[in-house]
Amino acid sequence: MTLRVFDLSFRYKIPLWGSVLIAAVALTLTLSFMLQAYDNLKRDMLAHSDNLGRVLVKTLYTPMLHDDVWRAYEIVRAPFSEAATPASFRAEGLILLDAAHAVFVSSQPDGWPMRTPLARLGPSYAQLEARLRAVPEASAVLLEADDVILLALPMISDEVGIGHLLLVHPAGFYWPRFRQLAWRALLISGLVLSVLLPINWYWGRRMAAPVGRLAERMDALGKHDPASSLSHDYPYRDELGRLFLAYERMLAEMTEKTALEQRMVKADRLAALGRLSAGIAHEINNPLGGLITSLDTVKLHAARDPVLDRFLPYLERGLAQIRDIVAALLVETKGRSRPLLARDIDDVQTLLAPEARKRDIDWTWDNRAGDACRLPATLLRQVLINLVLNALQAAGQAGQAGQVTVRCVGGERDLVLEVENDGAAIPAELMKHLFEPFTGHNEEGHGLGLWVTHQIVEQLRGRIDVESRDGHTRFRVTLPQGESAWPPNACV
Amino acid sequence: MHRREFIALSSLLLFSSPSRAGGKATPLRIGLTPTLLHERHALLADWQTYLEARLGVPVRFVLRDSYSDTMDLIKQQRLDIAWLSDYPYVLMKPWVRLLVTPLKDGRPLYRSYLIVPARDTRSRSIADLEGKVFAYADPYSHTGYLFPRHVLTTLGKSPKTFFGRTFFTWSHRKAIEAVAQHLADGAAVESYVWDALAREEPRLTSATRIVNRSREFGFPPLVAVNNLPEKTFQTLRRVLTEMHQNAQGRGILARLHLDGFVPGDAGLYSEVERMAQAAAKQDDAARF
Repeated sequence: MTLRVFDLSFRYKIPLWGSVLIAAVALTLTLSFMLQAYDNLKRDMLAHSDNLGRVLVKTLYTPMLHDDVWRAYEIVRAPFSEAATPASFRAEGLILLDAAHAVFVSSQPDGWPMRTPLARLGPSYAQLEARLRAVPEASAVLLEADDVILLALPMISDEVGIGHLLLVHPAGFYWPRFRQLAWRALLISGLVLSVLLPINWYWGRRMAAPVGRLAERMDALGKHDPASSLSHDYPYRDELGRLFLAYERMLAEMTEKTALEQRMVKADRLAALGRLSAGIAHEINNPLGGLITSLDTVKLHAARDPVLDRFLPYLERGLAQIRDIVAALLVETKGRSRPLLARDIDDVQTLLAPEARKRDIDWTWDNRAGDACRLPATLLRQVLINLVLNALQAAGQAGQAGQVTVRCVGGERDLVLEVENDGAAIPAELMKHLFEPFTGHNEEGHGLGLWVTHQIVEQLRGRIDVESRDGHTRFRVTLPQGESAWPPNACV
Repeated sequence: MHRREFIALSSLLLFSSPSRAGGKATPLRIGLTPTLLHERHALLADWQTYLEARLGVPVRFVLRDSYSDTMDLIKQQRLDIAWLSDYPYVLMKPWVRLLVTPLKDGRPLYRSYLIVPARDTRSRSIADLEGKVFAYADPYSHTGYLFPRHVLTTLGKSPKTFFGRTFFTWSHRKAIEAVAQHLADGAAVESYVWDALAREEPRLTSATRIVNRSREFGFPPLVAVNNLPEKTFQTLRRVLTEMHQNAQGRGILARLHLDGFVPGDAGLYSEVERMAQAAAKQDDAARF
């Protein structure tokens, strides 16, 4: 059970503990106030009684001295008349005692008849009488018995004592006043609580809510993609804010790591595919060379034969096709090639102009490659041709004239080729296998264009970035310049 | 009973004192003893207006808290008229003449009631109150002092020792209160006051029980000082005895619980005079 309380969500725990604390403080304060009030009240009321008694003693002295019972009766009776009872006067009655400690007159003749000896009024009164006999005549006596609180004041003037005025209070005569005070204190506590508790609850929930959200996000971490950002959830820079920042940092790192992993997997796959296809191509290339040589020999030296004349071209074309595909798979970056010049880019534009016209494409070329590139011209021309051809195919939507933009920027450190088109976005499924052979296979090509491009860029230690959304697809090839990067050491 | 000290203490004047009353005519000063009238200022004001209109002179009521105070005022020539109880009247005979006697239930008579708290259902006469606390109205009251003591003497008891404790309340109304609130076990009061209170404050009188009604005595009279001019005396007597003849006068009389006034007859007070003489003789006897 205890454990369950501690297991509660902060959303409840913080307000709950706060409430407990506030209630405890309020209770303690109220209790201490009431204890203090109880003491003060008792003292004050007795003091008040004492004051009243002393005033009455002065007033009563003469009537008593003159044995004027009625006048004395009227005086002791006055505080208890219906009209005159002040709210703070809580004595139950007044008894005027003569020198022999018998009732001279009292405010309630029924309970305390005239002439009754004090001791006969009850055990507490008897106790008081004993006390009165024991002390000097001029001293006041306070007796707190279980049933009654008695205050006896001497009736004395010019050192002549003629009796006592006895103020009779019911035991706990201060209770009604105390109850009133206590009730008021409780009411105020209640009011304070009714203000503080909701504030505490609101504040507690407010404190706990971001923690709760953070906890939820942490829980969700790894299960599915968490929301990109939390920063708007908690804009402050306290410990919690730092926690949020740390979470964000961690999230960013994790996302990056995941992307890196995905890229690595993809690169591995492509590398494996590259090795496989190169291996197969090599294996095919050797017998293919023999076959083509044999075919040439047959064409040159064999006697003319109608059957041969008829099928030899088929063989020739088939072998040529195989050679082309094998050559495409076998991307060779080794061997010398002259460095790229700006006019190589212009050549590609000239080469592809008919295709663009055929497709009615509006294209833009921005050739800033310069003549200082230290990259092989042949391979780059191939890369550019592949990318622009793809762009020409993809550009345009719903019968509208397409747009293609080609940008070549040669810099000190690297060369950037950008090819953009305004066609439909590349489907997500295709995006995953974009650079694998035969992926983009369609009626216009064998699907090796991007594969070859990728192989070339890889071998040149470059990078291809693809952005694709509806109406805007951009391939950007970044290739590092310089002798150190080219010719590359690695080869397929 | 420390009467002198008390007299010295109580010097309350409700209306302006005679010495200060100036103006074109000397006001007629009427002394009142503590009866019902003490707290009925509106009634007194109406009566004053009534008398002034008919007498043509200003009228001042002079209230005192005990019979003896009023009696002293007469002796000091500071009153012209006084409404005295019958006992003070017989004591004051050398200074005053009988002016009128009020009529109660058509007769100039009243009684003394012996009352006890209503819870005391046992007592049948004053003899049952031996050793108890007894409240006297005033040492100069007939019904509230002289008569009960006279009864005790007749019974062969000494009024001085018969009761356990006695005290004065200085008015019949307060004597009734003392019994009603159980301060005293008994009291003797004027029938006039008790009957009037029974109508005005039945809660007070119902807390008491009348044990005995005395025989009838002459009602407390209004007296004039001896040196009051005869003309004024006669005018006053006529005005008072004619009060019941007009509506305004009847209204005031009704509020006084009276039927009217008749010219005083000294014979009404012969019995109280005898009682007073007997009491005086007894006091003298006790003194020696």
